[in-house]
Amino acid sequence: MDLLTFGQTGWGDELFYATLMTIAVSITAMLIGFLFSAIFTPLKLSNKKFLNLIANFYTTVIRGVPELLVIYLFFFGGSGAIMYVASIFGYNEYIEINAFITGSVAIGIISGAYSTEVFRGAIQSIDKGQFEACKVLGLKKRIYFLKVIMPQMLRLAIPNLSNVWQITLKDTSLISVTGLVEIMRQSYIAAGSTRDPLFFYSFAALLYLMLTFFSMKLINRLEVKYSKGF
Amino acid sequence: MDLSLMASSLPKLLSAAVITIKLLSVSLIIGLFIGLLFAILRLSKNYIINRFAYAYSYVFRGTPLLVQIFIIYYGLGQIEYFRSTFLWVIFKEPYWCAIIAFSLNTGAYTSEILRSAFQTIKPGIIEAGKSLGISNKIIFYKIQIPVAIRQSLPAYGNEIILMMKGTSLASTVTLMDITGVAKHIVSTTYKPLEIFITAGGIYLLMTFLIHNLIKYLEKKYSFQ
Repeated sequence: MDLLTFGQTGWGDELFYATLMTIAVSITAMLIGFLFSAIFTPLKLSNKKFLNLIANFYTTVIRGVPELLVIYLFFFGGSGAIMYVASIFGYNEYIEINAFITGSVAIGIISGAYSTEVFRGAIQSIDKGQFEACKVLGLKKRIYFLKVIMPQMLRLAIPNLSNVWQITLKDTSLISVTGLVEIMRQSYIAAGSTRDPLFFYSFAALLYLMLTFFSMKLINRLEVKYSKGF
Repeated sequence: MDLSLMASSLPKLLSAAVITIKLLSVSLIIGLFIGLLFAILRLSKNYIINRFAYAYSYVFRGTPLLVQIFIIYYGLGQIEYFRSTFLWVIFKEPYWCAIIAFSLNTGAYTSEILRSAFQTIKPGIIEAGKSLGISNKIIFYKIQIPVAIRQSLPAYGNEIILMMKGTSLASTVTLMDITGVAKHIVSTTYKPLEIFITAGGIYLLMTFLIHNLIKYLEKKYSFQ
């Protein structure tokens, strides 16, 4: 237990900040994922074959390739790609992208593929009559989406989004390979310097369990809130 | 894009795919048995057994696979006593550590899939068996298990694909699977885009094959 004290001698404070980092990366990635699904869900539901194809390509490829590979691709390939673009504009210095940003974007793209599928499913299972009623009433497209479709979609999507959140949270452990100090990386550092991997990795597992446990409690509350009147 | 590099690295990556497939198939087989066992335990009326099975699946589904591998590979070796037992022969090999971690992980997910399949079996099927005078044991093995397996095929197909992607984590414990080899080639050629895209293509092909296999099985064993 001495190993977990706060301050110079223990790893308590480091692990505490690492946990905050994991939460920060997960939330950022989830939001980036929502951004991606805001783009790709309409493409999936579009009548145009070509737009469907783009969206299906995105979700199929991302969900069919290991997360670790996507992260490697972004981390090792990302700075190379940006440097290449920069060199076209005459900038030839070495560019290093922040590990937090690369990590969140990589996980966000993965999370986005899953949430796109969730939103697509949710919209498709809304009763067709709702869409027709909106058209008949002559509602503006924006209002009809925000006030009629969105609330129903959220209600249907929240249970599945909580799965996506769990996947995203657990995927952040993979960013440790890029050197971002989140739970996994901090445990690796602590395990290396104290030669006590069993203790620190088990503690990391406990931290993840706590995160999933408490976030599930929170999401369950949301679920209750949104299922009112159902 | 260096197409010739992509072509020349393809054979190396494909031969590494053998390890990926080995890791996947062995863990899936062991995981299926673990999953079946724990699904049955979950259905038990005994509170302690029930909670034990629930705790197992909760812990393995609530923590990242990477942590599980690290605990088994780096953590267990730390215990002096453990290293003197015969088990050490298995646990000192990264290959077996990865298999144990993957099996326990997929076992937890499989147990959940099978449990919900067992619970959704129509009682009429079991009652029909009983009224025909078939013994409980045979009803379980010959009726409940096959029906449950059929019902859980779609979810289990997803689990196979998730596990296939999970095997890429074996590269973090020095195994040379597709991801491991890809990373090795990148470290000598400095061409991450080409190599990782090629490796991704192989994984995608495997996903595609598994997906279609499951679809075929679903059709073949459908009730209609």
